[in-house]
Amino acid sequence: VRLDQLLAASRVLIVAGKGGVGKTTVTAAIAVAAAHTGTSVLIVEVEGKSGLASTLGVEALGYDEIDVRPGVRARTLTPDQALLEYLEDRGLRRISRRLVRSGALDVVATAVPGMKDILVLGKVKQLERAQVADLIIIDAPAAGHAVTFLTSARGLLDAVRVGPVRTQAQDVMELLSDPTRCQVMLVTLPEETPVNEVVDTAFALEDRVGVSLGPVVLNAFPRDLAVVGHETSDDARAIGLTIPDQERRALDAASAFQHERSALAREQADRLSARLPLPQIRLPYLFGEIGGPEVEQLAATLTSEVEAMPGTSS
Amino acid sequence: MTTLAPLVREQHVLVCCGTGGVGKTTTAAVLALGAARAGRDAVVVTIDPAKRLADTLGLEALGNITHEIDRGRWDPEGRAPATGRLSALMLDSRSTFDALVNRYARGPEQAERILENRFYRNIAGALSGTQEYMAMEKLYELHEEGGHDVIVVDTPPTRHALDFLEAPARLTRLLDNRIFRFLMVPARTGVRVAGVAVQAFFRAVGRVVGTEAIEDVVAFFRAFEGMEQGFRERASSVTALLAQPTTAFVLVTSPRRDAVEEAQFFADRLRGSELTVAGLVVNRVHPDFAQGIDTEGLSDRLAFVYERANTASGESRGAAARLGRRYENLVDYASLARTERRQLDAAAARIGAAAVAHVPSLAHDIVDFAALDAVAAYVVGPGPASTLG
Repeated sequence: VRLDQLLAASRVLIVAGKGGVGKTTVTAAIAVAAAHTGTSVLIVEVEGKSGLASTLGVEALGYDEIDVRPGVRARTLTPDQALLEYLEDRGLRRISRRLVRSGALDVVATAVPGMKDILVLGKVKQLERAQVADLIIIDAPAAGHAVTFLTSARGLLDAVRVGPVRTQAQDVMELLSDPTRCQVMLVTLPEETPVNEVVDTAFALEDRVGVSLGPVVLNAFPRDLAVVGHETSDDARAIGLTIPDQERRALDAASAFQHERSALAREQADRLSARLPLPQIRLPYLFGEIGGPEVEQLAATLTSEVEAMPGTSS
Repeated sequence: MTTLAPLVREQHVLVCCGTGGVGKTTTAAVLALGAARAGRDAVVVTIDPAKRLADTLGLEALGNITHEIDRGRWDPEGRAPATGRLSALMLDSRSTFDALVNRYARGPEQAERILENRFYRNIAGALSGTQEYMAMEKLYELHEEGGHDVIVVDTPPTRHALDFLEAPARLTRLLDNRIFRFLMVPARTGVRVAGVAVQAFFRAVGRVVGTEAIEDVVAFFRAFEGMEQGFRERASSVTALLAQPTTAFVLVTSPRRDAVEEAQFFADRLRGSELTVAGLVVNRVHPDFAQGIDTEGLSDRLAFVYERANTASGESRGAAARLGRRYENLVDYASLARTERRQLDAAAARIGAAAVAHVPSLAHDIVDFAALDAVAAYVVGPGPASTLG
């Protein structure tokens, strides 16, 4: 599969995962990889605060789009921003300011659960309709909120029987459940609990939202040193190198640690394959901070991992 | 490195805070286990634990009820003092809130009107901040009931992990909202009392979200009348408990830069609220394999290995490549360990916690008592902590 083909399947790509799995890094890597194929990308950050700006090497993101690098733009879209815009679009500008000032906004949003999420997704739909970019990547909320975020439309349809917000929810449901318009890429770690959680999330999203799921990203995958069956001392002798004992022990301890990590990760990846029939993309664990060069490296791996995926059969 | 042993032996309340994904729930369980091993009656309030940890703590089907864990499970060798007890509870925000309404309602009728209201159900079920508030409420409830020497409470994995400090005030503010107090007026004295602006406002909002939602809100505020005072008093009692010297805040973090930065931010905020961070637990610290190794010699040999990997042929080329990977791996871990140490030292200095514990990155998930014990060895010291210590 070519990356541009995979990404061309839908204009909206929602990247979702629990906190701490590196969702933001993955978002940045997808954006960069896509831009390399000539796809124009808009990253939408819906939580208002994540490491996206520093990962991309730019100042803080805001409501107005900024150019992050050639072919990649980014902006925020928080629930409050979306609500204000929604009200302003309907000629309720003065009231919207009053709503915010008085704190009544909280009350209204509480009266209609999921309303804030709907407004964010409704705005995403608007961006999609306006074709603001070839690919709109949504860096979805973390902390297990992704399912709530994406199921809010269905919940709201049950709760609100009339009115513009209901129409908005219907539009959002249409967007989410149409595989030619939207897909979700789940990000997790190759560890036991994160694997269990991503399986639950995948099923919940498919059952409750009917959203199309793209490949699962297994992030921070420990590299395999491929030294099993060879002794450090034998290899050293073969090239005429003398390694001090203490250094050899350190080399062996670090290799053993890495070997165990990588074997466990593979075991978890297999368990994930058995439980969730979705293609997997493995991105390597990187030592050190993630900045521009690291994102490039991950983007390259992402591209080759997608190319190695079996072609779509269904 | 110090441990948090003094905290689990002496404090009455331990509040674990930190961002999501840093092992907060596990740390809370470990601290409660440490307290029980030190001969104290400990209870841990968990929030949304991973399923297997919940199973270990016997929380499969128990929501909101304190449940004592069979001694044989956490102390199979019977080494802990007989006074040690370990209980656990999985927070159920909704029923905690319901109990609070029942407590402050004038009678069952008022309580029922509130509990049935759709707006109330939204607040109790889904409002962000409710879970934080209820975690603190549950803590206060357990404290008031008495019976436990130490209560360890986990906090929800919110992006801003200190929401729990503000949640009671935020909710009280919502319940107190002036605009909605206007709404209650028409019922008593006639429609015209409410200002024109307020009426226009609600017509507009009603057009957008539907009038039903607004009616629910109005009905809720009417039903809730008279209870605000009780809620406010309760919220300030909770705040007072958190400020007690017998309450200790434990920051949980990982050595990742973003988590460390967040931890520093929490510490500053806690200090701003006159609360101090007593303990700092850093999970998933990487081992320093290159400790005591001559780094100059290391890079000389790595250069030699690279050179051989490019020039050698056959068997020795493969050997050089393998050695190259081993060396790179060691160098990577060494530099990771250096970075982590530098960041953690800086953070510890800024946070100023009296007790700091580092837990190494463990291969397996912490899902059973054996694993909790392994972590406890780092957090509160090895073996059953002695009460005589």
